[in-house]
Amino acid sequence: MAFMSVLSEAAIPAVIIAILIVGAWKNVPVFDTFLEGAKEGLATAIRILPVLVGIMLAINVFKESGALDILVDLLKPVVNFFGIPEEIVPMAILRPISGSASLGLLSRQLKEYGPDSLVGKILSVMMGSTETIFYTVAVYFGAIGVKKTRGTVWIALIAGLAGMISSVIVCRLLP
Amino acid sequence: MLNYLWLAMILLGVVWAVVTGRLGDVTKAVISSAEEGVQLSIVLLGILCLWSGVMKIAQKSGLIRSLTNFSKVLFAKLFHDVPENHSALGAMVLTFSANFLGLGNAATPLAIKAMEELHKLNNRRDTASDAMVLFIVINASCLQFIPTNVIALREAAGSANAVAILPHVWISSFISTIIAIIFYYLFLLMEKRRDYALWHL
Repeated sequence: MAFMSVLSEAAIPAVIIAILIVGAWKNVPVFDTFLEGAKEGLATAIRILPVLVGIMLAINVFKESGALDILVDLLKPVVNFFGIPEEIVPMAILRPISGSASLGLLSRQLKEYGPDSLVGKILSVMMGSTETIFYTVAVYFGAIGVKKTRGTVWIALIAGLAGMISSVIVCRLLP
Repeated sequence: MLNYLWLAMILLGVVWAVVTGRLGDVTKAVISSAEEGVQLSIVLLGILCLWSGVMKIAQKSGLIRSLTNFSKVLFAKLFHDVPENHSALGAMVLTFSANFLGLGNAATPLAIKAMEELHKLNNRRDTASDAMVLFIVINASCLQFIPTNVIALREAAGSANAVAILPHVWISSFISTIIAIIFYYLFLLMEKRRDYALWHL
């Protein structure tokens, strides 16, 4: 486990250092280039701001009215049967549908349950190891006008479900 | 899809609030959601700038291109219907690299480019090719090394060790990618079998 924690702590600085060294070695003006890219990041953040406000509206209304609790109650027996904490049900429903919505939900839930609790960890891992399946399929196929997507959605949903289940198992097994 | 979902969530929420008499909570929720949306995008703003900047350096130094060439051999085996030197392969590897580094937004335009290249190899205009199905399911299974957004949000929520979940994410996303590839092959087998059965009718 010590190795794993060194690896996870070192991953980000190692990637950054490696990229900077290769950049300097190839005579790329590193700081200027960084600024150029960072500006694009700014544009992205501004582009998603309205999306996040809209999504937060829907999530908050749905949650505070108690409607979400009913949906979760319906799924609870299934989830409990498999020994999965019921707090993750809203995330499991939202994750394949919308990336920014699930990001908003994660932000709320991490504050609620604590980022280092078991539920907080499972939610983080679920978010990090699964994708916005419906969005991905719709955008990628939409871009080229393909309508018959064959088994794509089903395979992706099965893989996503596997990712969610393994998030729970891995978080329970690894400290 | 998202249009209906958004409308349904708000509509159901308000109707349910009227039924249960929680309209006051919902009013509060409406006001606070605007604030929360802005807060969240500010949390993400910094990390988005940081990674976009670093990745720009990786892109200009040719690092991404050499990563692409390195992994081409592996992908040429998986994507049996794509010729080894076709530009579709390069575009796909670039997409995987962007996703791998947690740059979801950078990945989308690259992925669309890859799909266009794959479509050039596709002789059925309205139907997905094998390569497209595999490309999308691998993307959708989210092979990820650094989930930047998640780390930023954990940091913002006051985590003692925001990156502690990285090994968990690696294992989980690896498992879901393997499952995606396995089920892709199963699907191809099933499809073939059905064709075979139809042929004998």
